[in-house]
Amino acid sequence: MASIQAAHTANPLIQIEDLCKSYSLQGADGKTITNQVLFSINLTINQGEFVAIMGHSGSGKSTLMNILGCLDTPTSGSYWLAGKNVAALSGDELAHIRNQSIGFVFQGFNLLKRMTALDNVATPLLYAGIGRSQSRKRALELLRRTGLESFAMHQPNQLSGGQQQRVAISRALINEPPLILADEPTGNLDTQTSREIMLLFEQLNRDQGITIVLVTHEDDIAAYAKRLIRLKDGHIILDQHNKASETILDQAAAGNSPMTQ
Amino acid sequence: MNLLTIIGEALRALRQNRLRTGLTMLGMIIGVAAVVLMLSIGQGARTKINETIAAMGSNLFLVVPGATSSGGFSFGSGSVRTLTINDAYAVAELSSISATAPVTTGTVQLNYAAKNWSTIITGTTPNYFAVGNWKIESGTIFTESDLRSAARVVVLGSVTAKNLFGDEDPVGKTIRITNRPFLVVGVLMAKGQSLTGRDQDDNVLIPITTSERQITGNQFPGSIRYMMVQGKSAGDMDIAEIEITQLLRQRHRIAKGKENDFTVRNLTAIADVATDAAKVMSIVLGAIASVSLLVGGIGIMNIMLVSVTERTREIGIRMAIGANRRAILTQFLLEAMMICIMGGVIGLLVGIGGAWVVSRVADMLIVITVGMVGLAFLFSSAVGIFFGFYPAKKAASLKPVDALRYE
Repeated sequence: MASIQAAHTANPLIQIEDLCKSYSLQGADGKTITNQVLFSINLTINQGEFVAIMGHSGSGKSTLMNILGCLDTPTSGSYWLAGKNVAALSGDELAHIRNQSIGFVFQGFNLLKRMTALDNVATPLLYAGIGRSQSRKRALELLRRTGLESFAMHQPNQLSGGQQQRVAISRALINEPPLILADEPTGNLDTQTSREIMLLFEQLNRDQGITIVLVTHEDDIAAYAKRLIRLKDGHIILDQHNKASETILDQAAAGNSPMTQ
Repeated sequence: MNLLTIIGEALRALRQNRLRTGLTMLGMIIGVAAVVLMLSIGQGARTKINETIAAMGSNLFLVVPGATSSGGFSFGSGSVRTLTINDAYAVAELSSISATAPVTTGTVQLNYAAKNWSTIITGTTPNYFAVGNWKIESGTIFTESDLRSAARVVVLGSVTAKNLFGDEDPVGKTIRITNRPFLVVGVLMAKGQSLTGRDQDDNVLIPITTSERQITGNQFPGSIRYMMVQGKSAGDMDIAEIEITQLLRQRHRIAKGKENDFTVRNLTAIADVATDAAKVMSIVLGAIASVSLLVGGIGIMNIMLVSVTERTREIGIRMAIGANRRAILTQFLLEAMMICIMGGVIGLLVGIGGAWVVSRVADMLIVITVGMVGLAFLFSSAVGIFFGFYPAKKAASLKPVDALRYE
């Protein structure tokens, strides 16, 4: 955890230069149609930042997120993650990075069905080569911290949306990654639950220095982030410090927040 | 992820879809059970034939009087009595021959106390027992002096002894053969059926001299029904056959260009044909059974492909949280292999059970060897790897982003 604590200094965690992404599709007439989604994106995110990426559907924000998460590869340009050129890595090396350096939180939670919350949280550790009993022990500890200890043996379909998303966040955290990528994490949740989840992200960012990159199209969710990036038609059209975050966190502090300073 | 963990995951996935796993496994169970059953039946038949051949004696010739024809009608082999006891003794002197036994046969009625029994009587010389690989259960065989004196002594086949004496020991007792008293000197060990299915143990044997003079009588004194000839070595059977033929032609004064009045049959060659037939039969049975194993394997491949498609999203999630290609490949391959190995083990037990039932119901000899068990196990694992590999490879080569987006 010590390395992440030091991350408040301005070390670039993510550095993207001239990144383009296009898809080739076979049209109905047999011709190949090239659809460019991202145009020469340049972006630097430092360790410890809390960034919201906004944009309408089709703006390329999900594609950018997939590339940031090493789930997809760019067509051209470079992507440096923690000093490593990810664009040059093999599939298995990318799998290792996803396992060790990135925690994913999805809109649809994406928990493994018919598997207990505990085993869901423990699975990334299994892929890291850690034994089952030790993995479960660490998973239980993490569930305890997110207040879900009593739901450890429940399967996802026995949990509420908010609980499922907290299980997913626990899973994202288990390998202590420096980066969490959240793709519309509150899209399937009600306002109150959304607020709780966002405050949890805010707390992780503030207390543990974990870099959080969030994709959303809702302004009140983006308001929790300290930096706002807006995409339109594959271009970054806005990149600024987010003043709204101070207001909203002040309000949270004034209210009955579960968080302590 | 270590192998034990992956096995655990695979078992969990299989348990989640019990009915489907069970039905897929059923294909495997039937395939392996069929292979085991067919192999054991084939092996049983071969063992049985080998036992019969070994019981028959080795390097054997059967020399029977030849067919004669008269005015264009052929009377079939043995229709004239051209072979004599002296022919048999002469053949025995040949360098390539170790022993001969002349044989006359007939059907007789036996009496002992209140019981009676009808059977085949064989008149022969003491050599017969060694040549035909007959072993004595109790008592002795009759001797050369019995032969010379045409003594009324008899050796009983095991079935005959059982029918006439029950549990009583026949040796030393006197039975009546066509109302003449004979002393039982020995009882033969059971041999079972011959290659043609005849019960070889229902017979009585007496010296050929006694038979000729007192039982069957003889239209042509000294003539015999056939003779058994034992060659000295398996390698010289062809030479022995030529020597026998030449000697008998000479003794029977057959002119050059005329046909033999006897036939020499190489029983070992006939036995070889039977062995080959049994071998072919077990190969054919095994091949037919293998088809069902192949069908079972295709069933597994099919279901694994369905499973991979259904679980595309799961694969995507696993990839997102750090599963590499090898982990995904191993997971799906192990699922397929587990179906096969579990199916194989159950199929093996079902096959062995089926073999037991067949051996009981059909009264067939069934042989299950360790090699067969190993083969079934190896074969089912191989089917699992072969048919499981393609679906597993398909799963592992999915792009994480595509797999995650799959609805």
